Amino acid sequence: MLLLITLSPLIGALLILFGAPARRTALIAAGVALAATVLAFSQFRGNSGFNFVTSLPIAPQFHLSFTLGVDGLSLLMVLLAAIVTMAAVWFAGTVERSESAYYICLLLISGGTIGAFASLDLFFFYAFHELALIPTFLLIGIWGTGNRSAAAWKVTIYLGLGSFVLLIGLIMLYQSLPAASRTFDIRQLKTLAPQISPVAQQNIFLVLLIGFGSLISLFPFHSWAPEAYASAPAPAAMLHAGVLKKFGLYGLLRLALPLLPAGVQHWTWLLIVLLLGNIIYIGLATIAQRRLDWMLGYSSVMHMGYIFLGIATANVLGTTGAAALMFAHGLSIALLFAIAGEVRKRTGTLVFEDLGGLAKVMPLAGLAFGFGSFAAIGLPGFANFAAEIMVFFSSFHRGWEIGRFHMFQWATLLALWGVVISAVYMLRAYRATFMGSMPDRWKDILDLKQSLRLPLVLLIGGLLWFGFFPQTLVRVVSPAFKASLTIPAP
Amino acid sequence: MIPAAYIEIAVILLGVVVLMFGTFSPGTDTRVIALISAFGLLAIFVATFYVAPMPAATTGGFWSFYAADTTALVFKRVMLATTVFVLLMTIDYVPVVRQYLGNSTTQRGLGEFFTLPIFTCAGLMYLVSAVDLVMIFVSLELVTISFYVLISLTRRNPTTLEAGVKYLVLSAMSTGFIVYGITWIFGVTGQTNLQKIGDALSSGGTNQSAALLGLLLTLVGLGFKIAAVPFQIWVPDVYQGAPTPVTAFLSVGSKAAGFVVLLRVLQPFLILHNVGRLLIVIALLTLIYGNLAALPQSNLKRLLGYSSIAHAGYLLIGVACFDGRAVTFYLIAYLLMTLLSFAVLVIVAQQTGEQIDNFDGLSQRSPFLAFAMLVSMASLAGVPLTAGFFGKFLIFMAAIAQHQVALIVAGAIGVACGFYYYLKVVRAMYWQRAANMDRIPVSGVSRLAMIVLMIGIVWLGVYPRPILNALNAKDRPVMLSGSANH
Repeated sequence: MLLLITLSPLIGALLILFGAPARRTALIAAGVALAATVLAFSQFRGNSGFNFVTSLPIAPQFHLSFTLGVDGLSLLMVLLAAIVTMAAVWFAGTVERSESAYYICLLLISGGTIGAFASLDLFFFYAFHELALIPTFLLIGIWGTGNRSAAAWKVTIYLGLGSFVLLIGLIMLYQSLPAASRTFDIRQLKTLAPQISPVAQQNIFLVLLIGFGSLISLFPFHSWAPEAYASAPAPAAMLHAGVLKKFGLYGLLRLALPLLPAGVQHWTWLLIVLLLGNIIYIGLATIAQRRLDWMLGYSSVMHMGYIFLGIATANVLGTTGAAALMFAHGLSIALLFAIAGEVRKRTGTLVFEDLGGLAKVMPLAGLAFGFGSFAAIGLPGFANFAAEIMVFFSSFHRGWEIGRFHMFQWATLLALWGVVISAVYMLRAYRATFMGSMPDRWKDILDLKQSLRLPLVLLIGGLLWFGFFPQTLVRVVSPAFKASLTIPAP
Repeated sequence: MIPAAYIEIAVILLGVVVLMFGTFSPGTDTRVIALISAFGLLAIFVATFYVAPMPAATTGGFWSFYAADTTALVFKRVMLATTVFVLLMTIDYVPVVRQYLGNSTTQRGLGEFFTLPIFTCAGLMYLVSAVDLVMIFVSLELVTISFYVLISLTRRNPTTLEAGVKYLVLSAMSTGFIVYGITWIFGVTGQTNLQKIGDALSSGGTNQSAALLGLLLTLVGLGFKIAAVPFQIWVPDVYQGAPTPVTAFLSVGSKAAGFVVLLRVLQPFLILHNVGRLLIVIALLTLIYGNLAALPQSNLKRLLGYSSIAHAGYLLIGVACFDGRAVTFYLIAYLLMTLLSFAVLVIVAQQTGEQIDNFDGLSQRSPFLAFAMLVSMASLAGVPLTAGFFGKFLIFMAAIAQHQVALIVAGAIGVACGFYYYLKVVRAMYWQRAANMDRIPVSGVSRLAMIVLMIGIVWLGVYPRPILNALNAKDRPVMLSGSANH
C-alpha cells in the first residue's frame, strides 16, 4: 500500500520520460497516490505503532535498509502531500515549453516528499527529500518568472548546503550509539536513544536544527524562501511551500524530540528566540511587501514560527497542534499560491499597485483566495484555527507558575501578535487584489476554468473538514507523540 | 578457477593481437578494431569472476611482488571496465584523431590509439596488485609511458602538444621523486616489500625520521598521480589538451590506481607519527583548491579537470580516515559518473565545442545526451539515490567517526561549490536556448554504453548492497586499521 503511494509519482515520472502523454499520466499518478492514501487513512490503526511496514535490506553491515511505514504523524503528512500533489498537477494546466519535463519535475518533487515522510530509515528519509533538489532547480530556472536565475541558484545552493549539514547531523546521530548497536532504523533508534550522552545530544540537536532549519526557512536561514517562491511557477511553489518545507518540521518531530530530549531542552531558548524572529521580524517584513507573490513567500516563512512554537513545547498537545498546523498551512498556502499563479497568468503582474477589483471578473478565484487568506489568518472554522489554538494553549501552559511569566509565556504573548500581523497583511493583499476599482484593460479576463473547482474543493474541503472536526485529525496523530515524548518542563 | 596471473597476460596478448591487426591490415574499419578490443576486455572482465584470489608469496622471487587479493581483483575489474568504456568512446573520437594525424584516408596511426589503452590497462592491473616498491615502480612506468604517447597522439594540435610536454616533464619529475623516496625507504629498512617494511619499522631500531622522509618523497610522486594539491598544477592543462577519451582514462584509471598504491604504501607507515596529520593537510588543501578553482571555469573539459582534483580531495578524506572501503566505493562511483560525462562530452564537443556555452539547449538537440549528462552531473554533485551520493555518504561517515571537524567543514564548502559548478552545466543544457537547433546523432554503441553507465549510477545509489558485500570479504589487506569502527 505504502509502496504504491510512494512509487506511483515516481513511476509516473518514468513513464512520461519514456513518452507517455504528460498531463494525463501525471494526473493518473497523482490520483492513484491520493486514492491509495485515503484508503490507507481509513484502514489505519492509530494505537499500534507503525502500520503498513515493508522492508528491504540495502547495506546490512550498516543496518541500513529501505523501510517504509507510517504512524499517525507520517500518514497525515503523506495525505497532505497527496492532496497538494493532486492540486498542483491539476493547476499546472498546459505548459508552453517542454511539457513532459515540467510534469516529470513536479512528480519527482512529490514522490520525493512522500517517500521521505513514509521512510523509516534515516538514509532514505534523507535521500528521498534530496530527490526534489534538482527538479526544483529546473522548475524555477526554466519555467520561473522574474529574477529566476538568481532565485534558482540561491535556493539550490542554500538547500544543498543545508541538507549537507543535515546529513552530517544524521550521521552524527547514527555514530553516537555504541558500535555494536548502530542502526539507521528510526524505530530501533527510539529504543536505543537513551544511550546517547547528553552532551552528544546537545551537539547533534544543534547540527540538526541548523540543517532542518535551513530547509524550513527558520530565521535567519530564511532568505532563500520568498525569492524562490516568488519566482517559481505556481505548482512548484505549491508543492515546495505546502509540502516539501514540512519535511524539516517533520524531521524535528520524528527525530529530534523523541531521540534527543536533552538536546531539545538545552537549546529551547535558542529555538524560541529564532522562532520569534520568524513570527515578528518576518511578519513585519511581510507587511512591507509590495507584490503578492513575495508577500505569500514571506507569509509562509512567518507561519513556520507557530509550528516551531508547537515543536518547542515538546508536549503532546503542542506537537499535535504543530502537526495539525503543518497540514493546515500546507493546504492554505498551496491554495493561495495556486490562485496567485492564476492571477499572474491573466494579468501578467502581481504588484499590488497595478492590481485591484479582480473579484468582478474572477469571482471564483476571489472566493477561493478569500477562503485561503481567512484560513491563513486563523479564523475559527478552519483547520489553522484549531491547530494554532492547540499550539498557543500548550505553549502558554508550558512551565506555568502562578504569578510569574517564564520563557514560554512571554513567547506565547509575543507570538499572539503574529495573528494580528497576519490579519493585516492578508486582508490588505485581499483588498489590493480583488477589491477596489479595476483597470479597464482587464475587463475581458476570464474566471478560473470550471474544471479547477475540483482541486479547489479538495484544498478548501480539507481545511474546513479538519477545522470543524479537528478530533478526526487529533485522534490519528496524537498517539504518535504520546509514546515518545519524555521532555520535562524547563 | 583461473590462476590470477593469467588475467594480465591475457590483456597483454590482446594488446599485441590488436597491434598486429592495426599494422598488417590497415584497411580494416576502425570500428571493428575497437569493438574487438572492447569485447576482448569484456571477456577478460567476465573471467575475473572465476579467478581464485592469490596472496603474495612469502618465499621471495617474482610472486612475492604480486598479490591478487580481493581488493586487487575489485580494482582489476575497475580497470578493465574503464578501458572498455574508453575504447568505446574512442570510436566516436576517431574523426578528430584523423583530422590531426593529417591523413584522412588511411588508418595509419590509429592502431596505437586502440592498442595503447590496452597496454595501459595491463599496467594499471599490475599496479593494483603490486605489493613491492620495485613492482610498483615498474608498473607505474608502464602506465606513465603509455600515457605519454596517448596524450600527445593528436600532436598537430598545439594544445595537445602542450599537454603532452607538460605531462612528460612533470611526470618524469614525479617518477624521480618516487625513486628517490624508495631509495630512502630501502636505505632505512633494507626492504622493498611493503609487508617487510612494516615489520622492520614496527620492530624498532630504524631511523624513523629518515623513513618519514622517504615516505614524503614517495607521496610527492603519488600525489602527482592522484592530482592532490600541491602537485595538481598539470591537471587542468593536460586534461584540456589531451584527446577526450584519454582524459577520461587519465582521470579515472590513473587516479584509481594511484589511490590503491597510496593505500598500500601508507599501510606500513601508519605507526609513524605525523603521517595522519600530513594526510589531513593534503586533503584539506586539495578539497578547497579543487572546488574553489572549479567555480569560474567555462570550459567543460577544464571544469572536469578541476572537479577531478576536488574528488581527489574527497577520496583523501577517506584515506586520512583510513577507510579503504569508503575509498574503494567512491572510486567505483567516480568511475561511472566521470566516464559518463566524458562520453557525452566526446559526442557534443565534435558538434559544437568544449565550452559550457556549447551545451546550450542540448535538451532540445538531444534529450538523451542531456539526460545522461544530467545524471552524471547530479551524481558528481552528490545528489542522493546516485552512486556519487552513497560514496560521499561513506566518506563522511568515516570522517565523522574520527571527529575530523576540519575535513567535514571543508567538505561542506566543497559540496556547496559543487552544486554550483555542476549545475552550471545543467543550466546550460536545460535553460538556455541554442543558436543551432540541429539534432545531434548518437551511435547505437555509445547509447548502449551510456545506458549501462546510467543504470550503474542509479543502481549503486539505490541498492549498493552487492558492491558493499564484495568489498566486505574476509581478506582485505588494503583496508586500513580504522575501518573496524563501523
